[in-house]
Amino acid sequence: MATNTAAGSTNLLKLWPWVVVPLVAIVLPFLFDSGHAINLLSHMGVAIIFALSYNMLLGNTGLLSFGHAVYYGLGAYVAMHLLRSINDAGGEGLPIELLPLVGAGAGLFFGIIFGTFSVRRAGVVFAMITLGLGALVHSSSLMFTDFFGGEAGLFGYRDEAPSLFGVDYAPSRNVYFLVVAWAMIAAILIYLLKKTPLGWMANAVRDNPERAQFVGYDPTIVRFIQFALSAMFAGLAGGLFVITDEIVNDEAVNALTSGAVLLGTYIGGIGYFIGPIVGGTLVTFLESSLSAYTEAWVLYFGLMFIAIVMFAPMGLVGIVHTQYLNWKAGGWKGNTGARLYILLTGLVGIFGLVCVIELAYHYFRSWDPSAPFALMGVTVDATNALPWLVSFGIAIIGFGLMLFHGNPMLKRKLGAKSDGGKA
Amino acid sequence: MTTRNALELKGVKKNFGRAEIIRGLNLEVHEHERHVIIGPNGAGKSTMFNLISGRMKVSDGSIKLFGNDIHNLPAHKVNRMGLSRSFQVTNLFQNMTVMENLRCSLLWSEGHKYAFWKSVMGQQAVTDRAYELAERLNLTEQAEIPASLLTYAQQRSLEIGCTVASGAKVILLDEPTAGMSRTEANDVIQLIQRMTGENTLVVVEHDLSVVFELADRISVLVYGEIIATGTPEEIRNNAAVQEAYLGTEVH
Amino acid sequence: MLETIAYSIFNGVLYGTLLFMMSSGLTLIFGMMGVLNFAHASFYMLGAYFAYTFGLGTGFWVALFLAPIAVGAMGALVERYGLRRVHQYGHVPELLFTFGLAYVIEELVALFWGTVPVAYKAPAALNTTAFTMFGLDYSWFKVFILLVAVAMFVGLWALIKKTRAGLIIQGALSRPDMVGALGHNVPMVFTLVFAFGCALAGLGGVVGGIHFVTDPGMAFMMGPIVFVVVVLGGLGSVPGALVASLIIGILQTFFLSVNFSLADSIGTLGIENSGFFGVLWHMEATRIAPVLPFLLLVLTLIFRPRGLFGKREA
Ligand SMILES: Nc1ncnc2c1ncn2[C@@H]1O[C@H](COP(=O)(O)OP(=O)(O)OP(=O)(O)O)[C@@H](O)[C@H]1O
Ligand SMILES: [Mg+2]
Repeated sequence: MATNTAAGSTNLLKLWPWVVVPLVAIVLPFLFDSGHAINLLSHMGVAIIFALSYNMLLGNTGLLSFGHAVYYGLGAYVAMHLLRSINDAGGEGLPIELLPLVGAGAGLFFGIIFGTFSVRRAGVVFAMITLGLGALVHSSSLMFTDFFGGEAGLFGYRDEAPSLFGVDYAPSRNVYFLVVAWAMIAAILIYLLKKTPLGWMANAVRDNPERAQFVGYDPTIVRFIQFALSAMFAGLAGGLFVITDEIVNDEAVNALTSGAVLLGTYIGGIGYFIGPIVGGTLVTFLESSLSAYTEAWVLYFGLMFIAIVMFAPMGLVGIVHTQYLNWKAGGWKGNTGARLYILLTGLVGIFGLVCVIELAYHYFRSWDPSAPFALMGVTVDATNALPWLVSFGIAIIGFGLMLFHGNPMLKRKLGAKSDGGKA
Repeated sequence: MTTRNALELKGVKKNFGRAEIIRGLNLEVHEHERHVIIGPNGAGKSTMFNLISGRMKVSDGSIKLFGNDIHNLPAHKVNRMGLSRSFQVTNLFQNMTVMENLRCSLLWSEGHKYAFWKSVMGQQAVTDRAYELAERLNLTEQAEIPASLLTYAQQRSLEIGCTVASGAKVILLDEPTAGMSRTEANDVIQLIQRMTGENTLVVVEHDLSVVFELADRISVLVYGEIIATGTPEEIRNNAAVQEAYLGTEVH
Repeated sequence: MLETIAYSIFNGVLYGTLLFMMSSGLTLIFGMMGVLNFAHASFYMLGAYFAYTFGLGTGFWVALFLAPIAVGAMGALVERYGLRRVHQYGHVPELLFTFGLAYVIEELVALFWGTVPVAYKAPAALNTTAFTMFGLDYSWFKVFILLVAVAMFVGLWALIKKTRAGLIIQGALSRPDMVGALGHNVPMVFTLVFAFGCALAGLGGVVGGIHFVTDPGMAFMMGPIVFVVVVLGGLGSVPGALVASLIIGILQTFFLSVNFSLADSIGTLGIENSGFFGVLWHMEATRIAPVLPFLLLVLTLIFRPRGLFGKREA
């Protein structure tokens, strides 16, 4: 976790991602200009803010929360109520651009209230309290229908509200640009927070709460402030979601939303600032694109998460980063082939596994398993043994070569290298 | 020497379940003195430090720091009242570099508290103090190395540095030379003398040559009680001590 | 009123014993390994589905034994090839691993058995009425649930107090670090305990799947409640789990069976049915019931993190 400490260099050249990423974000809706694609991009922006706020807890402070949707959802609901009152007033009141601030305020408010008794302990106790609070709030959302709008949820209209800059928010592209602006603001603020005394001590408390006490800091207060601020950014994401979707229902506060942000952040990599950005983007993408394409997306998602927890706890960004550092340090010399071989066989294995899963879904889930089924562009009959044998074969050969041929090969080469170094 | 007491323990008791580990302990540490605690293994020295520093709650009795009660205050409050400590087992922010460890230790004493509106790296005073400390610790070359990659002796020095950095007037060190070679231990002792200056120092130490070199006064802790306190001369000549400790545990 | 109380006590005990079957394994696993198994309810679900599928071939009585064994075997595999690897990174990754596992198991169950409930029913022999109380019939199956729970508690108690294996478990519950020092093969002990805990959950599923419904949502439905039981009872304490199960079972059944709200019983006092407290004042008890366990969970963790009987804090 060496990269997750708070030090930073003021080297201006290192700021390039802060210029390139927003530029790409602005160009994207012109490349993918279908309504669906632009909505997807907006959702990614919201998910990124939410995931960044989540990582303020998990990555920076070491707090594992199973109930972060509480602050996202409550922020969304409060913002929605305000939007509705603006609609009711005939479009008079707070400009729509500032609506996410209302969500942020609500997130902060509930973060302060629930934070006072959640953060006294870290670890499993904290995790369980957040789980309980999440379930509590979700159950309440079905009890207090006035505020939560019951099963149907609440609607509001973003184009029946004033705009600061006279922008018409009926077209979703304009909404997308608003999302990008807020995502940039949130990302910059969250990034800067890591550089402050609070951000440093959050890392300190994560790594060694006892030592933090002996340099004068109360770990409970450090966690509390981090928690409240993180809830604030979650609420901001919720408020923004109200603008993109114009509807909020109990899904916004439920356990699946809390779970998705945890999964996404972790898959991206909790030790890196861009980890949650990658994770949030990926989750949104998989959820919307993959779910349109295959029923199995939750399974893929769960398997990917387990694989990351087991084999690459630093997440996807962590994998790339370690390999990059290794390559820069010359660790790839003489074994680039072996590394590529492992990658390739791994991909083959994954391909086979995907085929198996897709076949299984077709076989067990469709009305007529024997109906022709397009698997990876080949039309097969899932009641036949052949496609199963081939799929399993590919998976076994791929993973087998990776584990029992590629890995030992790489180890041998590395071993030979370090021996050579010693000689 | 001033007569003001930096630390005052009166009738302090601590039991874990039914086992009474500290059994009515009385101790006075004068301001500015170097006070060494000796005693056999398991006598309760580390437990006494845990009680003073607020890591554990006392079962009975009182502890005063410069006349103010500190028993049962949480550790961070005790620290803010001017007391800091190191541990018998190295206790650092392992993932942070030397400089980061020092900066973290300086933040509170430099008055930055929980601020989330200013950058740590922008605080020139903190940076200057951290570099100065690194220099005095002989760790300038390792400044950007994570604490976990330092040698054991370097980690121990860094821990002493962090303890000093947190701005305390009273410093407790638990076996700072444990597990070191003779030369390393000598270096650390010199370092302690250099770093702590005017501060009040309470040190647990097993190595008797170190003890007699460092101490203004010595207290002997045996089986949860202080059986004698005095100058090195007095302790050397104390019959009870010789019998209970020096006679049996010569290093 | 007396009727309601008697009714909710009996049904509450019934529900409580089911909760106990689900949670005793979890508390054992936590007490010994420090692992809070998020997927525990998923093993409970597997127990129900296995019993259903085996039952189609062998009949209920054989499945009653086969299913827990199969679930235990799955638990052993999960521990050996998953948890053990993650263990080195600490407790939070363990929790994350089982969290992901819960997702995967739910999806796999939905894949193989479909998303709609399966027709998992008690054998005909148990479907006859055993006795009638306050005009309600109670089938032999409900008596059977009680018997299984009692057998399970007595069995666990005897295992822990009277056998050598129990001695090790007992030692491990209070001082996990000492078991290794005594020369036992700790990884092996862990695998066995995890498998055993999962098998207990599986047995709970065999019975609970009939009492409730057997569908892929049953794990996510029961999962949080099982946590409540284990935390309230005190992590690692089997008697604690029993007491907490009964408390929650009776409390929830009571709230579900009485039909009152504060406004009904005390009077509206001019409080309108709007705003947070107004709505609460007029809320029927039945609608508060689902929230109760979570309220208990949060309150326990705030005021008494080691629960009713726990020796160590979570
Ligand atoms: N948390 C605890 N719970 C129970 N017993 C404890 C605890 N901490 C310390 N003890 C016991 O208290 C006694 C004193 O321990 P302590 O660590 O204070 O001794 P010490 O004088 O520092 O010894 P050493 O020279 O070995 O460091 C020991 O018998 C130890 O087992
Ligand atoms: Mg000691």
